[in-house]
Amino acid sequence: MSGLKRGSVAVVGAAESDLGQVAPHTSPVDLMAQATMRALDDCGLKLSDIDGVFSAATQVRTAPMTLAEYLRIKPKYFDGTAIGGSSFMAHVAHAQAAIEHGLCDVALVAYGSTQRSVSRAAASPREPNPYENPYRPFMPSSAYAMSASRHMHQYGTTREQLAEVAVAARKWALLNPKAWEKEPLTVEQVLKARMVSYPFTVRDCCLVVDGGGAIILTSAARAKTLKKKPAYVLGVGESLSHANISSMPDLTVSAAAVSGPLAYKMAGLKPSDINMLSLYDAFTITPILFLEDLGFCPKGEGGRFVQNGTIAPGGKLPVNTSGGGLSYCHPGMYGLLVIIEAVRQVRGECDKRQVKSCETAIAHGNGGVLSSQCTVIFGSEATV
Amino acid sequence: MPDLMKQSPYGVFLEHCKKGELAYQVNKDDGKAFFYPRAVAPGTGSANLEWRVSKGMGTVYATTVVYTKDQPPHNVVLVDVDEGFRMMSRVEDIDPLEVKIGMRVKVKMHPGDDKQPTYPVFTPAGGGK
Repeated sequence: MSGLKRGSVAVVGAAESDLGQVAPHTSPVDLMAQATMRALDDCGLKLSDIDGVFSAATQVRTAPMTLAEYLRIKPKYFDGTAIGGSSFMAHVAHAQAAIEHGLCDVALVAYGSTQRSVSRAAASPREPNPYENPYRPFMPSSAYAMSASRHMHQYGTTREQLAEVAVAARKWALLNPKAWEKEPLTVEQVLKARMVSYPFTVRDCCLVVDGGGAIILTSAARAKTLKKKPAYVLGVGESLSHANISSMPDLTVSAAAVSGPLAYKMAGLKPSDINMLSLYDAFTITPILFLEDLGFCPKGEGGRFVQNGTIAPGGKLPVNTSGGGLSYCHPGMYGLLVIIEAVRQVRGECDKRQVKSCETAIAHGNGGVLSSQCTVIFGSEATV
Repeated sequence: MPDLMKQSPYGVFLEHCKKGELAYQVNKDDGKAFFYPRAVAPGTGSANLEWRVSKGMGTVYATTVVYTKDQPPHNVVLVDVDEGFRMMSRVEDIDPLEVKIGMRVKVKMHPGDDKQPTYPVFTPAGGGK
């Protein structure tokens, strides 16, 4: 992503749609539209100001087109990049490119899903694949479970260490009134929950809920004139490594090891400069991989790193302060909500879970089966 | 270029399966094996491809056990086949939780059924760690 300018654009509006279990027959685009109007209200812009639309959703094949019709806007720029849950980090990068080049001025990135209401099988039907489907992997869980099996084999990572990730997420969720989960969780409870795909129990797996979100981006110059503090885009990095898990070169190394350094380079920052991490936690293994691949601990040490509450409230590195996909909300492609939490932390809007003096935050997205990895680094006014 | 009007990569693979053979392709330009079967070689786009039949021996690279309602648990593995390619499969004739990384396995054909054509699975071959 060389060529993009550090801090040239900012997220100026951010909002979730209704989350959890929405009313019967609500459509994913209803949720996108609701979130869009909330995000516009957040920054003080109008629907007619939007001239760029970026969207992807498993239930809406032509998401930018369908959303533009629903909102009855005619964007001059649109992008439906669909690479799973990290699509929205890619959209941020692509929106930055479009805004820098004058292709649009106000970009909307939106997402919606009703996977809890209609079932995951209906929301994300599995594609035909004669080389994998006969073995009935429970996807995506089984792919991540096999990654965990390698991490445990190579580095001695334990199920208890995986469970620590879920416990930390739950502790954060209890500080977030919008979180789906409301009760405390222990390592014991994670280990004894219903087994899904060994070594994962249902508590190692993200939630299956309805929900969506929207963010609004514009140039740094325009951002300064709007209602809220801008969350500047300091760095972006995008990487694809494979589509199917059987084609992933090394199940213990994700392409975050590529996207992270790209984002750091553009931002002129290193891991120790980052105040807060929003990491796509589809399963308990993913924050462990991303902490390693984004440079917060050596490869193989992620399991030991998360022990003793390191990433929980009061720990030394705040990770997934919303409660994450494990305990706050996971509507299928969770990446947009990963971004929203990082934006709110940089703006200082997180109330009980606010990270003190949070000037920089990483929003890291994961898509497919560890397939696509995209990293965005946000910074406050003080960083630009 | 391959003539996709006459045969498909999966079509050829399946014909081999019906003969009890695990087939894979080699890019003759660089001698590298690859899987899954393709119309052109990954990385180079070469159409100078050759089908070969594996000796059927491999090592478990990664493993999981899937728990589903109303059915006994089953394992899903990634196998590094000796000829130099990796594939998804299942190890049969063993408690699924006893399938370990590093275990040596040997291919056999699962007959499939009305909906699922025959496909390769593995069975413990003894040895490995």
